[in-house]
Amino acid sequence: MSPFPSFLSATFRILISIVITMIGLLLITFFIGRVMPIDPVLSIVGESASRATYDEAYIRLGLDKPLIVQFFNFLIDVFRGDFGESLLTARPVSQDLIRVFPATLELATVGTIIGVLVGVPLGVIAAVKQGTWFDHVARVVALIGYSMPVFWIGLIGLLVFYGILGWVGGPGRLDIFYVDMIPSVTGMILIDSLLAGDMDIFWNAVSHIMLPAGLLAYYSLAYISRMTRSFMLEQLEQEYITTARVKGLSEHTVVWRHALGNVKVQLVTVIALSYAGLLEGSVLTETIFSWPGIGLYITTALLSADMNAVLGGTIVVGLVFVCLNILADLLYKVFDPRAR
Amino acid sequence: MTHNSETAQNQHNQSLHSWLLSETPTSRRQAKLSVIYHSWLAFKSNPMAMAGLVILVLLLICAAFAPFLTTHDPFEQDLALGLSAPGENGFWLGSDNLGRDIYSRLIYGSRITLYIVTLVAVMAPIAGLFIGTLAGYLGGWLDFVLMRITDIFLAFPRLILALAFVSVLGAGIENAVLAIVLTAWPPYARIARAETLTIRNADFISAVKLQGAGPLRIIVRHIWPLCISSLVIRVTLDMAGIILTAAGLGFLGLGAQPPSPEWGAMISAGRKFILYHWWVATMPGLAIFVVSLAFNLLGDGLRDVLDPKGKS
Repeated sequence: MSPFPSFLSATFRILISIVITMIGLLLITFFIGRVMPIDPVLSIVGESASRATYDEAYIRLGLDKPLIVQFFNFLIDVFRGDFGESLLTARPVSQDLIRVFPATLELATVGTIIGVLVGVPLGVIAAVKQGTWFDHVARVVALIGYSMPVFWIGLIGLLVFYGILGWVGGPGRLDIFYVDMIPSVTGMILIDSLLAGDMDIFWNAVSHIMLPAGLLAYYSLAYISRMTRSFMLEQLEQEYITTARVKGLSEHTVVWRHALGNVKVQLVTVIALSYAGLLEGSVLTETIFSWPGIGLYITTALLSADMNAVLGGTIVVGLVFVCLNILADLLYKVFDPRAR
Repeated sequence: MTHNSETAQNQHNQSLHSWLLSETPTSRRQAKLSVIYHSWLAFKSNPMAMAGLVILVLLLICAAFAPFLTTHDPFEQDLALGLSAPGENGFWLGSDNLGRDIYSRLIYGSRITLYIVTLVAVMAPIAGLFIGTLAGYLGGWLDFVLMRITDIFLAFPRLILALAFVSVLGAGIENAVLAIVLTAWPPYARIARAETLTIRNADFISAVKLQGAGPLRIIVRHIWPLCISSLVIRVTLDMAGIILTAAGLGFLGLGAQPPSPEWGAMISAGRKFILYHWWVATMPGLAIFVVSLAFNLLGDGLRDVLDPKGKS
C-alpha cells in the first residue's frame, strides 16, 4: 500500500470517467425520449383536448424551454429518483422499479453463482488437459452456449422439465397459492422465506428459480470457462509452476493452489462482467418465465408504449451495468499490485 | 467424371498447388494468391471451422433457391391442416396453427436472416471504421470526443439499448437493423482506432504525405485497407450475436412483422402451443441455433488463421 497518493489519483480519474459515462448514458436516453414519435402531451391531455389545454400541458411539461434546459431538468429529476409516472401501472416508475429489481437481482445472482461453481472448474480442467477430449468437449459446450437463443432454450426447458417431467415449478416466482404469503423484506423470495422461517415457500421458490437461473448460468459458464482456460494456460507455462513441480508438490496443489491462485484477480473481473451480462440477459429470460423482474417490466412497457417506464428501466439497467463494469475495473486495481 | 479426365484434373491441381506454394513467387499476383492459399490450407485443416463454412454455404443455397427447395407456399394457410405433427399431411417439419408449412417458412426465413446479418455486418463495421480511423488519425480533441461517445455506447447493455431504439423508431426489420447497428459499431471503432494509431507514424504514410496527399486520401486509400482484416475477424465472431439479437427483437414482436417467416417471430408465434405442439416453436429455434453456431465455428477458425498474434 505504499504508493497511496497515486492510487488515490487513479481513483479520482475513474470517478471522472464514471461521471462522463453516466451523463452520456442519460443524454442518450433523454434523446431517445425526445425523438420518439409518441407525443407526450397528447398522451396526457387526450386527443380531444382544446388548443389551450394542450398549450398549458406543453408548458407544464417544460417542452417550450430550450433543449439544454430540458436536459438539465431531466438530470435533476433523475437524480431525485423521479422518472415520471407509468401509464400502465399508474404509479411512479421509481416505485415500480424498486419493486421489480430484486426479482432480477435474485435471478442473476443465483445464475452467476452456479455459473462460477461449474465454469471455473471446467475451465481449469480444460486447461490442464489441453488438447484432450475433455478440452474439446468443454469448447463445444461453451460454443453451444454462445449460439443458443435464450428465449428458445427457455421454452424447450419449460416443455421438458415442467411440461413433461414435472421436475421444476412453472413460470413465475412461486406457485400461485404461495404468492404474498410472507412479508417482503429484501424482495428476494429465497431470502425472505428463510427470514420468515417458511421452508415450504423456500423450496417452492427454489423449484421455480432453478430452470431460469440454470439457463442464465449456462451462458455465464460458457464465458467464464473459456476465460478461465486461457488464463490458466498462461499461468501453467510460467517457470514458477515448473519450480513447484520440481519441489515435489502434488499436481493438485500446483494447479488448484498456485496457478488458480494467480488468476483469481483476472477471474473476479470476468465474473463481474458476466454478472452484468446476466442482468441484461434476463430481459428475454424473464419474458419466457413470466419472472416479474426489470426485464419483463421493460418489455411489457415497451409493447404498450409506456415510455416513462421504458426509459426509467433503461436508465437503471444502464447504471447498474456501468457500475458493475467499473467495479470490475476497480477490483482489478485493488487486488493486482501490478496494475497500481 | 471419367478416370482419364480425373488424372488430368489431378495433374492440373498438382501444378496449381505447387505454383501457389512456390517459395519464390515471380509476380505480385502469385505472392498474393499464395498468401491466401496458405491461409486456406490452415483453415481447411480445422474441421470445426470447415463445418461452420459448409453450414453457411448451405444456408446461402437455401436462400438463393428457396422457391425450388420448398414444398409449400410459405404464406399459404390451410386451417383444416393446422398444427399437423412433423411428417403428417405432407408437412416435413409439421405445420403451424394456421396450417402453414414450417419447413417452407424456415427456408424462406433464411432470406430474412441473411438480409439482416448482411446489412448489419456491412453498416456497423463501416460506421466504426469511419469513426475509429478519423479519431485515430486526426487525434486531439476530436479523438477525445469520439472515443468518449464510443465508451458511452459500449457502457450500455446492448439488447436494452436496441429495445429502446426500436421503440422509438417503430417495429420492423429495417428499424431492427438500424437499432442493432447503432449498438454494434463501438467495438469496431475501437479496433480501427487502435490499428490507425500503430500505422499513422509509419514511414510509408510519411512518404505519401510528402507526395502531397491530404488526410482524407491517406485515411481512405492507405489506412482503411490495413484495418480490414482485423475488422473481418471481429465481424465474423459478432455474427452469431447479431443473429441472436435480431431473433430476440423478432421474438418480442419488435423486428419483422407477421406474416413474415422470420425465425424469432415464428418462435414467438409457436410459444402458445409449446406444451402440446412442440414442433411449432422448436424448429425455428433449431434453425437459429444451427446458423449462429456455424458463424461461431467459422469465426473461431478464421481467428486462428488470420490473427497474426495467434500465429507465431
